Amino acid sequence: MTLNTLEIKDLVIRYTRSGGLFSKRQVASAVDNVSLSIAPGRTLGLVGESGSGKSSIARAVVGLERPASGSITVEGKSLAGATASELRAYRRSVQMIFQDPYGSLDPRLRIGQSIAEPLGLDPVGSPRDRVVEALETVGLSAEAATKYPNEFSGGQRQRIAIARALITRPALVVADEPVSALDVSIQAQILNLMKELQQTHGLAYLFISHDLSVVEHLCDDVAVIHHGKIVEEGTASEVLRTPAHDYTARLKNAVPVMGRRVRGMQQTQTAPQAVPKNEDRN
Amino acid sequence: MALLDIRNLTVGFDGPAGRVDLVRNVNLQIRRGEILGLLGESGSGKSLTAMAVLGLLPSRMKISGEILFQGTDLLGLSEAKLCKWRGNKLAMVFQEPLTALNPAHTIGRQVAEPLRLHKRLSRRQAHAAAVDLLARVGLPRPAERAGDFPHQLSGGQRQRVVIAIALACDPSLIIADEPTTALDTLVQRQIIELLVRLVEDMDAAMVLITHDVGLLAETADRVRVMYSGSIVESGPYDRVFEGPAHPYTRMLLQALPQGAAGTGAPLRPIPGRVPPPDCRPTGCSFRDRCPQAQADCERTPVPVELEPGHEAACLLLPQVVR
Repeated sequence: MTLNTLEIKDLVIRYTRSGGLFSKRQVASAVDNVSLSIAPGRTLGLVGESGSGKSSIARAVVGLERPASGSITVEGKSLAGATASELRAYRRSVQMIFQDPYGSLDPRLRIGQSIAEPLGLDPVGSPRDRVVEALETVGLSAEAATKYPNEFSGGQRQRIAIARALITRPALVVADEPVSALDVSIQAQILNLMKELQQTHGLAYLFISHDLSVVEHLCDDVAVIHHGKIVEEGTASEVLRTPAHDYTARLKNAVPVMGRRVRGMQQTQTAPQAVPKNEDRN
Repeated sequence: MALLDIRNLTVGFDGPAGRVDLVRNVNLQIRRGEILGLLGESGSGKSLTAMAVLGLLPSRMKISGEILFQGTDLLGLSEAKLCKWRGNKLAMVFQEPLTALNPAHTIGRQVAEPLRLHKRLSRRQAHAAAVDLLARVGLPRPAERAGDFPHQLSGGQRQRVVIAIALACDPSLIIADEPTTALDTLVQRQIIELLVRLVEDMDAAMVLITHDVGLLAETADRVRVMYSGSIVESGPYDRVFEGPAHPYTRMLLQALPQGAAGTGAPLRPIPGRVPPPDCRPTGCSFRDRCPQAQADCERTPVPVELEPGHEAACLLLPQVVR
């Protein structure tokens, strides 16, 4: 059996919040006993609504969040109890792409500096060559390195963010809603690029999104998370075409699609069980 | 007579290198009881068009054309006169309910405000009406919740409050700009069904502005597609989505992941990007990205009627269709 690129076992993440001036601090579980794995070169989609815990998992995988318990290993390397050099090795093998391409690049740094930043003191090759290589991989020219983020559109910035993620030659890229802020026509460019890069570099993706059609297109496997727990997982087509869990089915049915009408439902309504319920569930 | 009749609306500003038009020659009519979808990507001018109708554009914007609402040209009105319409017969629902609400006032007070202002209700009457409105938009325990502040509500509940404010004075037209975009999928579904049901109950009209094709396919009667400041295609929703005539509409629909899901085939993005408004190509502004573009496309396209009510502004169309 080959080693999984990402292995999450029994992950628990808790947040504490003060319940007010005189009350005790409350502890809330954001992620409750989650286990997930991704094989090399595969994409796992993590689907859920805001507050479900999907971003907490992503942040824990890249080391931005400290788990209460459980383990996370990437190519067999773990953050817990790692020495300084092990920590550097871990961070090189996991990179992250964020949702907002405007907020994730430092406006005062030239693109080249931003892209070279994750290299740190990594001695392999000259940083300049690596930056140019990374830019070309994502379809940008070498001249981009000397420019500032404000000279680029949202789609181009997301390409730059991908170049920065790839420069350490990671095994796993965590992408948290990487195309949600982009227009449809640009979104397709970035999704195609991510797929191409996966094939050429053998990357594994942890892809976080609320958009089921994007997930179905890009992901091999899907895990659906609800209130910090995985409620359903399987191959993308299994889970999204024939959902077994009620929550997945509700999510799927809530997505607006062609060929269905909300308009005029009241007048033409024949089946009373299909009347939209409007009591607020959150 | 159309309820709202926008004629040749152009919105622009004087930039350092000359006049820049952000909305160009937009014509749009909406009748009572109709839901009109305005579809476009960012920078297409769809929100600016809405802001122009509501009189909310910054004063440095240069506006020309006519915006006739129930026969009155809103562009000719003073701010004081416009205030009599806005929030009254002309209501709005915006994308981000947290910024649309005042954090320092209770939601009951905010729903009551238009009633006090436009209907001259007493404080007590307005409060009672506000509680009724909160019940109508499906807020649980409305009498209690009226005393809550916006931060005590979830995103979906806040958007319900924003809708209650919009409904307060029985509007004849609601302009909803991405009303569900900031919400989670399940809440999105509840809010859009609520909006459509209320619009139908009141026999009001709604301009629904969004980038979400599926949303319009489910709700709109007619659709206008905007690209780079202009309307490029308009028609009944099923004609536009099933038989798109403008290359931009066609390519936009093809770029959606829905079509390719499960096939493993790469998506078909539209090459390039929307040109900034100060460097659009002459003639058709889509021609740089259009695979069918010809030398002729340097002329400015005019809308061609393909069938009654279905128009597209593409110079290639007469040859394609006839």
